[in-house]
Amino acid sequence: MENLIALLVAAPLLGAAVLLCGGRRLDRAGHWIGTVLAAASFVIGAVLFTDMLGRGAEDRALHQHLYSWIPVEGFQADVAFQLDQLSMTFVLLITGVGTLIHIYSIGYMEHDERRRRFFGYLNLFLAAMLILVIADNYLLLYVGWEGVGLASYLLIGFWQHKPSAATAAKKAFLVNRVGDMGLSIAIMLMFTTFGTFAFGPVLEATGDTSEGKLTAIGLMLLLAACGKSAQVPLQSWLGDAMEGPTPVSALIHAATMVTAGVYLIVRSGAIFNGAPDAQLAVVVVGAVTLLFGAIVGCAKDDIKKALAGSTMSQIGYMILAAGLGPIGYVFAIMHLVTHGFFKAGLFLGAGSVMHGMNDEVDMRKYGGLRKFMPVTFLTFGLGYLAIIGFPGLSGFFSKDMIIEAAFAKGGTEGWILGSVTLLGAAITAFYMTRVMLLTFFGEKRWQPDAEGHEPHPHESPKSMTIPMIVLAFGSVFAGGFFSIGDRFVHWLEPVTGHDHGHAPVSATTVTAATMVVLVIGVAVAWVMYGRKPVPVVAPRGSLLTRAARRDLLQDDFNHVVLVRGGEHLTRSLVYVDHTLVDGVVNGTAASMGGLSGRLRKLQNGYARSYAVSMFGGAAVLIAATLLMRAV
Amino acid sequence: MNPVNYLYLAALLFTIGASGVLIRRNAIVVFMCVELMLNACNLTLVAFSRMHGNLDGQIIAFFTMVVAAAEVVIGLAIIVSLFRSRHSASVDDASLMKL
Repeated sequence: MENLIALLVAAPLLGAAVLLCGGRRLDRAGHWIGTVLAAASFVIGAVLFTDMLGRGAEDRALHQHLYSWIPVEGFQADVAFQLDQLSMTFVLLITGVGTLIHIYSIGYMEHDERRRRFFGYLNLFLAAMLILVIADNYLLLYVGWEGVGLASYLLIGFWQHKPSAATAAKKAFLVNRVGDMGLSIAIMLMFTTFGTFAFGPVLEATGDTSEGKLTAIGLMLLLAACGKSAQVPLQSWLGDAMEGPTPVSALIHAATMVTAGVYLIVRSGAIFNGAPDAQLAVVVVGAVTLLFGAIVGCAKDDIKKALAGSTMSQIGYMILAAGLGPIGYVFAIMHLVTHGFFKAGLFLGAGSVMHGMNDEVDMRKYGGLRKFMPVTFLTFGLGYLAIIGFPGLSGFFSKDMIIEAAFAKGGTEGWILGSVTLLGAAITAFYMTRVMLLTFFGEKRWQPDAEGHEPHPHESPKSMTIPMIVLAFGSVFAGGFFSIGDRFVHWLEPVTGHDHGHAPVSATTVTAATMVVLVIGVAVAWVMYGRKPVPVVAPRGSLLTRAARRDLLQDDFNHVVLVRGGEHLTRSLVYVDHTLVDGVVNGTAASMGGLSGRLRKLQNGYARSYAVSMFGGAAVLIAATLLMRAV
Repeated sequence: MNPVNYLYLAALLFTIGASGVLIRRNAIVVFMCVELMLNACNLTLVAFSRMHGNLDGQIIAFFTMVVAAAEVVIGLAIIVSLFRSRHSASVDDASLMKL
């Protein structure tokens, strides 16, 4: 069985190679090749999953050693895979949701002449993400990590003829590099501390390592996670990444990329368990991002950017849960999976709406679309109910668990975190209801575009609606399926460990509180956007609204602090270089030149002047000799 | 007679020779002044030899004479060829190391 693990990666990797090297002759079949290979990977994953279920909880992990990558004395890097319950969860999510997005893209990208290349990149994305989650050491994980960065760059900038897309791709890549730096430093620290970077030995050895070292490694891992998962302070790329085609957004936000940071933290749980300071930093980052993303999501009129803010916020929930330690690891992953379903569904829904609306993204120009796009409305609506945590749907279970776990952290910290997650739930309900009302309810507000084409909203083709329906099923049932009898907890417990904590309030109280804030959020949104007509041109708004429209000034902050600061730093360094360093060098050269110019005059060719020098020299020598003798 | 007087004479001759080398332009005169300085040295050597009562100084004086003879041969040859090429015996005219 373990020999199948490499095939998981091989299938999409083969697809990427064939599609990207195959040239134009594959243009007509390219999308099918890509989709079939993605599906093949899912089938292999499913086979491995059924096989895994057949074994006891303790010996479910499979290992496959492919080959020695860098065999050097004292430095062993292997290309080896490890498939345990945690990796398995990710494999099924990535290949499952990934395949659905492939199918959706067949319809969505139908009129794009570079569709073959698009599918090649999608396959590359899947392959890189699979390497990331099934690697058995941090170095191979890093390979996948960078591969994901590359694939996201290619896909965000897929419509490279648009300068905004090219810039967004570059931005995503550069911001990710900052995080990658953290991961590479963490791996180096691991190697100097433990002498290895394979998961098994490193995570076992954490018990005998000083807390300081673990904290350093933990903080570097957190920096890495911030970059990939778009957490404060490295969140600025996510909003701009919406420049890519919508299936890419769905893929980045649901199955690949942003989930990598959560995986990294949960996988490195043993390190964080031994470093409470690093854990605190994780929790703080999660809590801040949770609110940050939610606030940004409230103000955006661009449907994709509103959803991007929502992703940031939901990943914040997961990071927060992962920072809680064994109380939260399982729930972080559980929310990740359910979020994978409903966020992919929401993005595909948004893509479907744009498809029917001439690629219009401004929600203020939608309105009343439920009559024109019934399937999209239904699936998007179920995704919406799932994300706000409507009782019985996926988000209800997974988010509720995280809120409970936050309270169970105990002490003041527990109360603060619990309140933040509750507040986040309220804002989530608000902005998602806003998206829903603006898009599907109210009056129709669309207008002819610049060339006078009246949009004719219509339902999308089958290849697009079927994935949305499947994902809607996941959004509705996944949470309940995982929660009945604590299935998901028992499934992941052997890998991540689990701890119930000491909840200061009962689970029922937390659920009740969640329901109350949910109703408040929905009600406020209805009062603001449902009861009265929505203006097509956005009103000026309060100071907070305007700041949130500008992503809470994150780009301005980066510009002022990093760009300007960097410019000033380089300018002052250039100045020092020019005046001080060059001054010393040039001064030495000039003084040597001047001196030699003077000395040159002595060599005038006149025998008598040489004679004078000789006499002078002799006189000096004799005088010196006499003086020495006298002394 | 006091041998120190020979030293005074030698010093005088040496000074005359040295100033001649530094001041005069004519190569022949410069050359003769060099000879004068050499012979002033010889005189000192012989005088010291006499004063110390050994023959070391006189022997060295012979060496000086041999060197001076050789120098005269080469020096005159150079001066003659210089004069042939430049039609002048001034040392200042030969200020370049080419013709």
